Amino acid sequence: MKNLLLFLLLAFSIVLIKCKNSQPQIQEELSVGIDPDSGLQIDPNLMLVKGQCTACHSAKLITQNRFTREGWKDKIVWMQKTQNLWDLGEFEPAVLDYLEKYYSPEERASRRANLENVEWYDLNER
Amino acid sequence: MSSGIWNRRGFLKKSVLGSLTCLVGSNIVHAASLPKGVLPLGITEGQLEEVLPGKHKDLIVLNDRPWNVEAPPHLLDDRITPADKMFVRNNGIPPESIDLSTWKLTIEGESVVDSKSYSIAELKSKFKHYSYQLTLECGGNGRAGFYPPASGNQWAEGAVSCAKWTGVRLKDILNDAGVKEDAVYIGYYGKDTHISGDPDKKPISRGVPISKAMEDETLIAWAMNDEDIPTMNGYPLRLAVGGWPASTSGKWLERISIRNIVHDGPKMTGTSYRVPKNPVAPGEKVAEEDFKIIESMPIKSLVTYPKTGAVIKPSQALSVRGHAWAGDLSVSKVQVSIDFGATWQVCSLEKPVNRLAWQHWSAEVNFPKEGYYEVWAKATDSEGKSQPMVIPGWNPKGYLNNSCHRIAIKVAS
Repeated sequence: MKNLLLFLLLAFSIVLIKCKNSQPQIQEELSVGIDPDSGLQIDPNLMLVKGQCTACHSAKLITQNRFTREGWKDKIVWMQKTQNLWDLGEFEPAVLDYLEKYYSPEERASRRANLENVEWYDLNER
Repeated sequence: MSSGIWNRRGFLKKSVLGSLTCLVGSNIVHAASLPKGVLPLGITEGQLEEVLPGKHKDLIVLNDRPWNVEAPPHLLDDRITPADKMFVRNNGIPPESIDLSTWKLTIEGESVVDSKSYSIAELKSKFKHYSYQLTLECGGNGRAGFYPPASGNQWAEGAVSCAKWTGVRLKDILNDAGVKEDAVYIGYYGKDTHISGDPDKKPISRGVPISKAMEDETLIAWAMNDEDIPTMNGYPLRLAVGGWPASTSGKWLERISIRNIVHDGPKMTGTSYRVPKNPVAPGEKVAEEDFKIIESMPIKSLVTYPKTGAVIKPSQALSVRGHAWAGDLSVSKVQVSIDFGATWQVCSLEKPVNRLAWQHWSAEVNFPKEGYYEVWAKATDSEGKSQPMVIPGWNPKGYLNNSCHRIAIKVAS
């Protein structure tokens, strides 16, 4: 891990030097992460996904769920069948690419997960 | 899978980004962090207050269009759930303008003898008033525990409440309009609107069989905890059906249809509020015709005190308490374990204040030595069924997770 980090720092310094005069480009490369407006992952397809998926419901309905590509497709079909979603047409593959890339199920315990992110505090009774 | 400096989604790992702060500035670290749970990004406390008037600032926002908000378990410590700590599960958009003087409740349907409409004033003046504390729990409470992930709002533990509801008995109103012999179900319609904006589409219209509708405790309520019902919880009128999925307790109530078939409104059919007739393997595909409607909710309990994460001194006895509920049944026993179920200690358990109200339990727990503990609570219903410690049967829509709740405790000198 330490070696990797060292390598990364070095590589990063080189990139910084190389791109010294093209600051906007490096900003763009680093603009991975969360779109503050929607909470969705930033990606070239973000605007497309926002346009197709958040007209009716909050983006939180995406960010709090995890499905396979097939599972997301099922959701789209269900919304088309029951919730007035339109035909995504040529955009559907890109929407599914995006959902699959960022919101696929993560491996985790299926019967009980460990308690995580416990905020410890002193409890003094009596 | 994740390896090295990259996580499985191809982004830099947070720890690595943290180390790079000095090079590229702190905003990058923030932007690239990948929250595992869902944070109410872009939602400030102020905004929450603005949109959800009267709700506690520590409620967890799962969704803001439509609003779906739950309480962390320690906020549910009150014996009667106060308005500001009651969860919100909206399927649609609540009505924007409400005029009490013109609000009508209409009883209609194939199996009504005489279709009738009542103003709220008429409901209040013509019929006897009743008050009950009723446990209302979302059918999807606990969905976040299922793997593979189940579809919908990822409720953890807090989509449950037990407030005091006041109104008239649904059966008194149904009988006033008259119920034909062939009646099998009631279906409600509320004034909320569909999130797509389509005025011809109802977001949700569910109901219960006539037998449940005719129970003493099934109310048409205009008050909660002796005050107006909070806007997000159905003001000015709603059904209150204890022990069944809270989606049967229709909000912003305008119409009740007495049906001669099982009600077929939105979210009654398909896979909504339904589970497979037979147990299925995790992730298994289930055909729609193999689902059945959820009726009474299963036995469940919460540890509401202390809040998880308490650090106590060695030899300090710990008081723990909470509530337990059992759908249409009552709770016969609550136990706690500090050794992952190897041994159980029986808690003291109060009787319900009325049928379908949750029951309060408490215990004093001693820890043998320093270290990390979990206090698990397990309730048993009046028919001998207990909560599982593991996640119960997986189902496609992630309903009915009644696994034991537990809190983390550390004993340290």
